[in-house]
Amino acid sequence: MSAAHPGYNFAYLDEQTKRMIRRAILKAVAVPGYQVPFAGREMPLPYGWGTGGIQVTASIIGATDRLKVIDQGADDTTNAVSIRRFFAKTAGVATTTRTNEATIIQTRHRVPETPLQAGQIMVFQVPIPEPLRWLEPRETRSRRMHAEADYGSMYVKLYEDIARMGRITTAYDYPVMVNGRYLMRPSPIPRFDNPKLDRSPALMLFGAGREKRIYALPPHTPVKSLDFEDHPFTVERWTQRCQRCGSGDSFLDEIVIDDRGTRRFVCSDTDHCDTRLERRSAS
Amino acid sequence: MYVAVKGGETAIDAAHALLAERRRGDPALAELSLAQIREQLALAVDRVMAEGALYDPDLAALAIKQARGDLIEAIFLLRAYRTTLPRLVASEPVDTGHMRIERRISATFKDLPGGQILGPTFDYTHRLLDFALAAESEAARPARQSLPAVAAEPMPRVAEILGGEGLIEEAPADTAGAPGDITRTPLSYPASRDLRLQALARGDEGFLLAMSYSTQRGYGHTHPFAAEIRHGRVAVEVVPPELGFAIEIGEIAVTECQMVNQFKGNEAAPPQFTGGYGLTFGGAERKAMAMALADRALRAAELGEEISAPAQDQEFMLSHADNVEASGFVQHLKLPHYVDFQSELDLLRRLRKEWETRREAAE
Repeated sequence: MSAAHPGYNFAYLDEQTKRMIRRAILKAVAVPGYQVPFAGREMPLPYGWGTGGIQVTASIIGATDRLKVIDQGADDTTNAVSIRRFFAKTAGVATTTRTNEATIIQTRHRVPETPLQAGQIMVFQVPIPEPLRWLEPRETRSRRMHAEADYGSMYVKLYEDIARMGRITTAYDYPVMVNGRYLMRPSPIPRFDNPKLDRSPALMLFGAGREKRIYALPPHTPVKSLDFEDHPFTVERWTQRCQRCGSGDSFLDEIVIDDRGTRRFVCSDTDHCDTRLERRSAS
Repeated sequence: MYVAVKGGETAIDAAHALLAERRRGDPALAELSLAQIREQLALAVDRVMAEGALYDPDLAALAIKQARGDLIEAIFLLRAYRTTLPRLVASEPVDTGHMRIERRISATFKDLPGGQILGPTFDYTHRLLDFALAAESEAARPARQSLPAVAAEPMPRVAEILGGEGLIEEAPADTAGAPGDITRTPLSYPASRDLRLQALARGDEGFLLAMSYSTQRGYGHTHPFAAEIRHGRVAVEVVPPELGFAIEIGEIAVTECQMVNQFKGNEAAPPQFTGGYGLTFGGAERKAMAMALADRALRAAELGEEISAPAQDQEFMLSHADNVEASGFVQHLKLPHYVDFQSELDLLRRLRKEWETRREAAE
């Protein structure tokens, strides 16, 4: 193992703090979808930039782990680079861009296209953990609503969308029901990724640093995106294919390439795209 | 082993190199020393210590230098450092009655035991730019004045003078057990006063100033009087478990503000004055006053007053007072959001198509 940063504990956080966070994680795993308050620390990265995910990763990472960090599905976006460097520096752990080689994947806004395996842990960075926040800004009330499984207002909101606009107008961070009990925000992943949460063999941990909440989906947890029988849940679709690797079933980024508005579509998941390209050139 | 990733990494390194260069400014000019910042930008240092929640003038000066004078960035630097420090011991409550006074004024009594002491204040200065300062002339250097080595005698606080007559609410009984700590236990609502005061003490001066101002303009009026503002140095004492008695470990500069506010009384309590309390590190007087007004406004619930204004609303006030949290979350909008944006584009295009279809059908 390469040397971790002198002057700081392994993975930055002190062991007492890690223990406190691990206790919150255990509780979160025991009650899937329930938001566990935890005494989030001030991290040397700004709130809103992944401090919840970083604290979760710091509490579970060990010297033999292999870490992947993505933002918008890509390993080379600046904030993903910054967080990966943080752990390379403070924990000296191995990092990778390969989804199937990673033991821990910290992410912002995407779930990788490559199916996750048993034993892998996804760590999501969460800006607003409370699914009822836009309906009820007060924690004192929304916590009570969760306790009583009082989710009628969310269904009314979705119904009103359909009545006014003809469809549900939540594009991302689309609410899910976890294990038939807790309403949960999947973090701002596109609807496209919601089905990947359902009964995933990987453990999924969600960390909200500023809001000081941790929640979890243990492996194989049923996760259902809210919908109605006559208005089933749908995901984004593209008429184009990835112009790099030719993938027709991945989430595509739309890139404007000239001032006449010409668009190019490429995979948002850079590892998925590169792997497909390598396979193609190998065969 | 660290896997290098293309693009972002080189860009980040280049940005940080540029930042270091810009921070230094014109290399032909002398570099600022921490001592200069500490001594000559003392109120900036005080604000960074107060909202950074760490009393260390040298580290605060370093943070200000590193942050190129951006005080909220400096506060963030100090907080991120503070969070790694071990909690060795909790001090005894500081006794501001035994403060080595540098400034002490009351707006409620013309004269009072201990007297009115203006101290080093901007009050009553005419805000005219002093071009002599621009000339960096040391000619008119003022004579150095120092505080008395020890507090001459305890200086009673105005609230205590009123208390003698029973006109002000009784000070809350010393609650047994240590006060809470929002940096170690997540804040939940309703929050008790110790936690509220902690959140206000760490809170952004600008936010508290605006919110306390709103109470003066009718959004939750509290009829305040500045009973007393005092600034000076107080001793910090701890009781080491192996000794069992208090020893002084040093001194800190603080500013304390006690507001008294009219209270009409209710079935349980007679008409009397109630208090709002503000305490900050250093000479942050504006912050101490704003904090005292905010504290009183936030006591509305416990005093049975109607809650009608944002400044009286705990969840609203305490959830938004912290500038490190607010600054991070507002600025996180700089991070890429193109996946979410793509989802929104997809949705908008569908809605647009359906809208056009409906309109064509209607024509």
